[in-house]
Amino acid sequence: MDLLEYQGKQLFARHGVPVPSGKPARTVEDAVAAAEEIGYPCVVKAQVQIGGRGKAGGIKVAQNREEAEQYAGAILGMDIRGLTVYEVWIEAASEIASEYYASVVFDRSAKAPLVMLSTKGGMDIEAVADEDPDAIARLHVDPLLGFQDFHGRRLAFEAGVDDDVVRPVGAMLARLYAAFVAEEATLVEVNPMIVTPQREVKALDAKVTLDDNALFRHPDNAELRDESAEDPQERMAKERGLTYVKLDGNIGILANGAGLSMSTLDVVAEAGGAPANFLDAGGGSKAEAITSAVEVILSDPKVRAVLFNIFGGITRCDEVAKGLIEAFAQVKPTVPFVVRLDGTNGEEGRAMLAQANLPNVYTESTMDGAAAKVVELAAQETQA
Amino acid sequence: MSILVDTNTRLCTSGITGREGTFHTLRNRDYGTQVVGGVTPGKGGQDVDGVPVFNTFHEAVDKQGANTAMIFVPPRFAADSILEAEDAGIELIIAITEGIPAHDELRVYNIIKKNGRSRLIGPNCPGILSPGKASVGIIPASFFREGNVGVVSRSGTLTYQMGNELALSGFGNSSIVGIGGDPVPGTDFIDVLGLFQDDPETELIVMCGEIGGDAEERAADFIESSVTKPVVGYIAGFTAPPGKTMGHAGAIVSGSKGTAAAKAEALEARGVRVGRTPTEVAEIAMATLGSPA
Repeated sequence: MDLLEYQGKQLFARHGVPVPSGKPARTVEDAVAAAEEIGYPCVVKAQVQIGGRGKAGGIKVAQNREEAEQYAGAILGMDIRGLTVYEVWIEAASEIASEYYASVVFDRSAKAPLVMLSTKGGMDIEAVADEDPDAIARLHVDPLLGFQDFHGRRLAFEAGVDDDVVRPVGAMLARLYAAFVAEEATLVEVNPMIVTPQREVKALDAKVTLDDNALFRHPDNAELRDESAEDPQERMAKERGLTYVKLDGNIGILANGAGLSMSTLDVVAEAGGAPANFLDAGGGSKAEAITSAVEVILSDPKVRAVLFNIFGGITRCDEVAKGLIEAFAQVKPTVPFVVRLDGTNGEEGRAMLAQANLPNVYTESTMDGAAAKVVELAAQETQA
Repeated sequence: MSILVDTNTRLCTSGITGREGTFHTLRNRDYGTQVVGGVTPGKGGQDVDGVPVFNTFHEAVDKQGANTAMIFVPPRFAADSILEAEDAGIELIIAITEGIPAHDELRVYNIIKKNGRSRLIGPNCPGILSPGKASVGIIPASFFREGNVGVVSRSGTLTYQMGNELALSGFGNSSIVGIGGDPVPGTDFIDVLGLFQDDPETELIVMCGEIGGDAEERAADFIESSVTKPVVGYIAGFTAPPGKTMGHAGAIVSGSKGTAAAKAEALEARGVRVGRTPTEVAEIAMATLGSPA
């Protein structure tokens, strides 16, 4: 789960990471009240989970009440690369002497947290990494040892931060690491981390990704999920306990297991089709889950044909067939379905479907055959 | 021969008294696996269809000589259960549980590596099947028979699909190893490729990868330097958009990293043939080994 900037800053503040003071607001009125309280100049910042906010006009410095009102009015409701701004963060403007970059990343390859520090802050760090990799100091931390003061010093000296801020930068890294561990984050990134003319080190931005699997231990963090920013089909699927990812094609897909689901999308694409979604019905799917999944798939108006690709292990094909038959009774789909049932109780499942004689349902015995058939049907439906 | 599980396996299941734990443990026993016990704290002294239940892994090791653990407890208890099995000296720990917090996995991985006495397979994996010898986990064993193709995979159902394609072409398997779909697997492709390389029964290795991380890229380097047996690759997730978790916690393209195309290229650049569909993998296997015996 990705946090908004201000949620990240509030999380930082709980772990002693210095951040500018600020307030979130969802209306122009609240934004102006926050600006009046914080004082001028202050920064009005769009809260969306996407980069390039500044370029899109989503970050403005207000010198007075009129400007605060004007900018909040312009930014609230603004579209930034497809995301609507519902919230702004009003923050005391900071004076900047230097801009650095700091992050703690869950490095799955090294199986250890990776701490990075650079004096080239305020720009796209992937570009810095490509063009000037030596400008980023990197250090893996043994998770059983934890972050030590010497780690902070090594990184600060290696990155070449100003001598007088070696200690505060090291302390900042230690606190970011502590937040990373305590909140069970997979990413904590500060870009820029600034040094003020008064030589204070502060986090001027915050990018935090939390591990969804650990949210049961962090109920306060779990409540930060911004459901309004989620795709409606994805939200509906999540409420029903299904793993669904919206794509932009017109062939609805249901398969069992993450790997087979991904493979099914690829085989459909290979056959010339465009998948509308990823949907993993999971292991051991019962009939109700299948019915529910059909509803989610068909709630996407772009879907012209649907492919079921099931290889039953724990999942029983007769349960899948039962679910599909129930779905047809409840939802009455108008688009064609191609069904491939194989594996555990495959024969029973196929017999049930044959007996039910559902309208516009085609059965195929192989994955490749099923993909070819659904691509053909989707093309026909699109022309019709 | 086979790898990791065989007739010497003495299995003990953590979470044996749960619905799934009971079901799959008994299925593994029906297949012929030696199931010597289960662990559920507080239920020691009971039995599950004749399988004795212990309060701790230490008791299961002392009294029954358990050497393999299968972890079936819910995510919040799983890290503790894995570490208990490791502390009890169990050599092979197979964690089926899906949804274990990433930081728990990091801690468990590093402790096991530091102590160096156990191997962890998974978490979030379907287990290991050595056809005709033993099955530990949830792989539907009836689809597979003994043979000379080793399979290692990050996915469960995709492995069954792949195994089925191979079976339809007449191939059997030495062992099928699911290493799991989480970001920090206890055992990586490289480890299993090394075991297959040393297993005399295995003549060809099928490696099923997917998007996310760089395990396939590292495996490609390892194959080039250390594997003389033919390897056929498959990568799932060519159509996956960046930034979306595709079912498995570890299956995510981050920025431009971890794409299926990059993985396939890395393998092909080192001479590993990569099938674009599961059917094509079976065709390449057939072309490589000739018609199966």
